[in-house]
Amino acid sequence: MNQAKQTAAPLYEALLNHRLNRIVHLDVPGHKGGRGNKELRDFLGRTCLQSDVNSMKPLDNLCHPVGVIKEAQELAADAFGAANAFFMVNGATAGVQAMILSSCKPGDKIILPRNVHRSAINALVLTGAYPVYINPGVDQRLGIALGMAMEDVERTMEEHPDAKAILVNNPTYYGVCSNLREIVRLAHRHGMLVLCDEAHGTHFYFGEDMPLSGMAAGADMAAASVHKTGGSLTQSSILLCGERVNADYVRQIINLTQTTSASYLLMSSLDIARRNLALHGIEMFRKTCDYVRYAREEINQIGGYYAFGRELCNGDTVYDFDPTKLSIHTRDVGLAGIEVYDLLRDEYDIQIEFGDIGNILAIVSAGDRELEIERLISALSEIKRLHGGDPTGMFDHEYIPPVVKLPPQQAFYSPKESVPMEESLGRVCTEFVMCYPPGIPILAPGELVTGEILQYIRYARQKGCFLTGTEDLTIQRLNVVKSV
Amino acid sequence: MELWFSEPHTKNAKFSIQIKESVLTRQSRYQRIDVLDTYDFGRILTLDGYMMLTEKDEFIYHEMMVHLPMAVNPDIRRVLVIGAGDGGTIRELTRYPTIQHIDMVEIDREVVEVCKEYLPQTACKLEDPRVHIYYEDGLKFVRYHNREYDLILVDSTDPFGPGEGLFTKEFYGNCYKALTENGILINQHESPYYPMDAKAMQRAHNRLHGVFEICKCYQIHIPTYPSGHWLFGFASKSLDPVKDCQADRWNALGLTTRYYNTNLHKGCFALPNYVLELLKQSEEKDFH
Repeated sequence: MNQAKQTAAPLYEALLNHRLNRIVHLDVPGHKGGRGNKELRDFLGRTCLQSDVNSMKPLDNLCHPVGVIKEAQELAADAFGAANAFFMVNGATAGVQAMILSSCKPGDKIILPRNVHRSAINALVLTGAYPVYINPGVDQRLGIALGMAMEDVERTMEEHPDAKAILVNNPTYYGVCSNLREIVRLAHRHGMLVLCDEAHGTHFYFGEDMPLSGMAAGADMAAASVHKTGGSLTQSSILLCGERVNADYVRQIINLTQTTSASYLLMSSLDIARRNLALHGIEMFRKTCDYVRYAREEINQIGGYYAFGRELCNGDTVYDFDPTKLSIHTRDVGLAGIEVYDLLRDEYDIQIEFGDIGNILAIVSAGDRELEIERLISALSEIKRLHGGDPTGMFDHEYIPPVVKLPPQQAFYSPKESVPMEESLGRVCTEFVMCYPPGIPILAPGELVTGEILQYIRYARQKGCFLTGTEDLTIQRLNVVKSV
Repeated sequence: MELWFSEPHTKNAKFSIQIKESVLTRQSRYQRIDVLDTYDFGRILTLDGYMMLTEKDEFIYHEMMVHLPMAVNPDIRRVLVIGAGDGGTIRELTRYPTIQHIDMVEIDREVVEVCKEYLPQTACKLEDPRVHIYYEDGLKFVRYHNREYDLILVDSTDPFGPGEGLFTKEFYGNCYKALTENGILINQHESPYYPMDAKAMQRAHNRLHGVFEICKCYQIHIPTYPSGHWLFGFASKSLDPVKDCQADRWNALGLTTRYYNTNLHKGCFALPNYVLELLKQSEEKDFH
């Protein structure tokens, strides 16, 4: 990374300059800097509305960047150590889809761990690619899915040498990393591309003592949600490409589904966030790690809770662990993660990232203060005192290995019928069921509905998880492949 | 030349005191500390521009925070004071020879240092051997204590700035845990008058009410605080502030006070109707 060059923010500077030029706007958007929608201007602020402009020559165009957006993307590529970088305005979801769509054609195989985000399996519905799932490792005590075991990766690649790519969570929502460098070495030996879902990994590129980032490991593509830990606006992300990837083809793939009116609020936030990360990332993430380390120590002293960290590393399925993640196992307090999540919000005015069956996750960043950390610790201590109980009889795992009957696209477009969830046992599902967040499917299109899965769904519903994914918004019915 | 200290009490109402001389201005890690000499109120202490105390009227606040719970339970032995960097609360507490141990937790060491040097009227008893000062976050401190204190005095600043964590349910809950069976907590509750302060008062009462078996408010009159009309919260696990007041025992101690007396003790729990209405609202389940 060229530190001197990184002090520039060409897109941001062009927008600033544009505001000062007092251009007459006889173009879209129709709010005209807020004059046409004063209520919105008063709510979001004048500067915000004045920066919400359409693409034009001095501000370039995301679909075909030749000016300031191109320069900003080049600086991003340099900052992330990538050959090319694309600004994305539909989250890392669009990044994950672009990675899969640009490496797989209909009928191609792709290797992926089953604990992927829904966006990856959605991309399989779009392309018609076939998933070859690797069951992730599972931590028996915590009940969570981990990274992929190298033995499984190696065997799967040998059994499916025709697979085009392997997708890797770097890291998982909980912060677990696989042995990325070794996966890259094996994949490239088999002529496969390595795609990294780095929705939770932006800080790997800028902090000290972080797990290996996709680009540093030699991966071919990586989708980084800069908005999650990097400080840009929600929905903005960056897609990174390595040397072996034809970036112009990737841009064409992105343009298949991307808006032609990309938001300059989102894009400028990426430009500013990138500069900030490049110039101040080390101290930002040092502060984050200090907060999280302190919180882990204090929470583990309360008793019952287990705030886990790098002690989970086992050289394989937990090759590394993200030190900025504050993931806490709650089952031994006698409470499901989702129950602690709800209590924190309803009783203590503390909103955390997610709670699932046995764990909660708090996202801590340099934007936090000691106060927020102390409040979380104190509230957890109170929740244990007032609501804690006996953990026997509680569901103890998050991950159920799937039984795949059909590839996702074929299942999604199959003749189907809607049946009550409880009567779907033994049928092949044509849609998703998941708790959101974290958005990792319990059932994906083409998978068999088993007794264990129905029990899990019942339990998640009873504990108050927010279930989603089915056509039926009440999640009472499930679409399954029509019986003939 | 006229020098004035002004504190906005709302966007459109402010309170001003003419200043004789600025004694000290210091920026600590947490806040801006000012000590000013005035004509009518003696020396005053402000934090981030908000009036904390004046030498002329501080006795009202400190007497009402300390003597009222001491009359309800004269057997209090161990006391925790949160905040109170000026020392006024400690000064009143040390008047009771029966109190054996006082822990004081103040987040900002520099406030204590400034008060020791420039406000001896309140800071005069901080060196008492029963007083142990901890410079840390009160929210964190109480987490580590179980059934240790007979009385907790929350002598905080405002629900914004460094004192923010002291107006939360988790803080009051951890205080509950740190109190003995007959434990009492007194909380600086803000004012019921101006809408912004009233909202903070309601929030404090709502949080405290959800944690303690008994939770009542009493009023005091402080000329230099917004509207002059101020509330303290009395929260306890078992003792009622009025029914359980041991007036004779307290009076037998022969302490001289300028504001507090045991008749006022009973009277200060009688509140105006609009305040009762605000408190009732804040006790409702769907209050936010």
